[in-house]
Amino acid sequence: MIQVKNLFKSFEDTQVLKGISATFEKGKTNLIIGKSGSGKTVFLKCILGIFEADQGDIIFERTPLSSMNLETRALLRQEIGMVFQGSALFDSMTVEENIMFPMKMFTNAPHEEIRDRANIVIDRVNLINANEKLPSEISGGMKKRVAIARAIVMNPKYLFCDEPNSGLDPKTAILIDNLVQEITQEYKITTVINTHDMNSVMEIGEKIVFLEDGLKQWEGNNQEIFKTDNEAITKFVYSSEMFKKIRKIYIEESE
Amino acid sequence: MKLLTHIGQYTLMIHKTFGKFTKWSVLKNLILREIDDLIIGSLGIVAFISFFVGGVVAIQTAINTDNPLLPGYLVGFATRQSIILEFAPTFISIIMAGKAGSFITSSLGTMRVTEQIDALEVMGVNAYNYLIFPKIIALTLFPFLITFSMFLGILGGYIACITGGFSSHADFIEGLQLDFKPFHIVYAFIKTFLFAMLLATIPAYHGYFMKGGALEVGKASTISFVWTSVAIIIANTIVTNLLLT
Repeated sequence: MIQVKNLFKSFEDTQVLKGISATFEKGKTNLIIGKSGSGKTVFLKCILGIFEADQGDIIFERTPLSSMNLETRALLRQEIGMVFQGSALFDSMTVEENIMFPMKMFTNAPHEEIRDRANIVIDRVNLINANEKLPSEISGGMKKRVAIARAIVMNPKYLFCDEPNSGLDPKTAILIDNLVQEITQEYKITTVINTHDMNSVMEIGEKIVFLEDGLKQWEGNNQEIFKTDNEAITKFVYSSEMFKKIRKIYIEESE
Repeated sequence: MKLLTHIGQYTLMIHKTFGKFTKWSVLKNLILREIDDLIIGSLGIVAFISFFVGGVVAIQTAINTDNPLLPGYLVGFATRQSIILEFAPTFISIIMAGKAGSFITSSLGTMRVTEQIDALEVMGVNAYNYLIFPKIIALTLFPFLITFSMFLGILGGYIACITGGFSSHADFIEGLQLDFKPFHIVYAFIKTFLFAMLLATIPAYHGYFMKGGALEVGKASTISFVWTSVAIIIANTIVTNLLLT
């Protein structure tokens, strides 16, 4: 579980995060949603420790990030898997080398053992015949799968995904969402996903935190999002006529 | 103020580069790859430029000292001094700022833009050490490249003089051997080593802390070339004043 308490972050004169508190639960897909510029990525990067928060704290299980020294933080980071928006695969390495990379860096396991573990996660994310290919030779959907495989190869406690299905076709996007949800439940990890994809919200939003202008405006799940009266979230989620109709049908059916 | 911020950030980068070390089994492969990219990959251009510029230096000297009162060995002597003291260490370093420096900035800049550096940091890897340290170690071999340049520059001068009839074999060799001070070689290597450190770290700084997108990668490479060249010229002046005056 990750608890975020009263987080503030500014860049020069711009206040990006204005006191956000949230809890991300273990074994669930926790979504951070909000329109572009709402502070989602900065929020995620503060949790990851890439950006240092001006005020507030982030508590991993029971340990506040602020109380950790550099060594403890480095150890914590080995328990974190991250899927970046653009996949962030290492260009000079093959798919298999990318996935083996964290194990090569942080374990003393023999090469064969590392390769076996990499092949287990390669199978888990359904990557076929891609081991020897370079990132430039595979599709966007495959890159996301490689990024997910690399993120889970060390059996992380926490999985962070920054817009994991951006730039993908709807079918592949749903496959990636489902894969992340399955892995979350299977490995019992705390997954935090940054997204503005409404399909993801409806499909895998077991816990949703909605941000607007650096503030948390709403918190709930994909069932509650249909019933909420919160103006900010309804304006964001039901901005299209189609989603308005879906919401209407859902409310009528549930009544 | 902005310059001070850059200097501070650059100093911190150097400090962090020698911080938490990457595993040797990983690091040795990175170092070998950087040697291949930065040193072996530059041999061709360094050889080409050194040989022909050496030839031109010798021809120019011969043409401009075409006086019967001046000794015949002057061409060999001037070629040796120009190449050992300035051309090989300083001008090859500036050429390398364009070739290897741009490569370092653009490769790190691209890694920054595509979040590969963020990925390393999130994993808990000391990205400074992982990315910059192998480049520094690879460029400690830069003096070998300069030795190669010195040899080819003088050879180019010799061949140009003999084939062009500007000097005789005996005169050129006499000029090469005349008043030879081994300290000049030491001086050349001291400054070459210093330039190598500038060549590895200034472009790395511009790539590592790059902001923006693909367009900015190109801009960062250009800025890095300018600043590396400026730093080399300033360092050259200081070292020459300290060691030769």
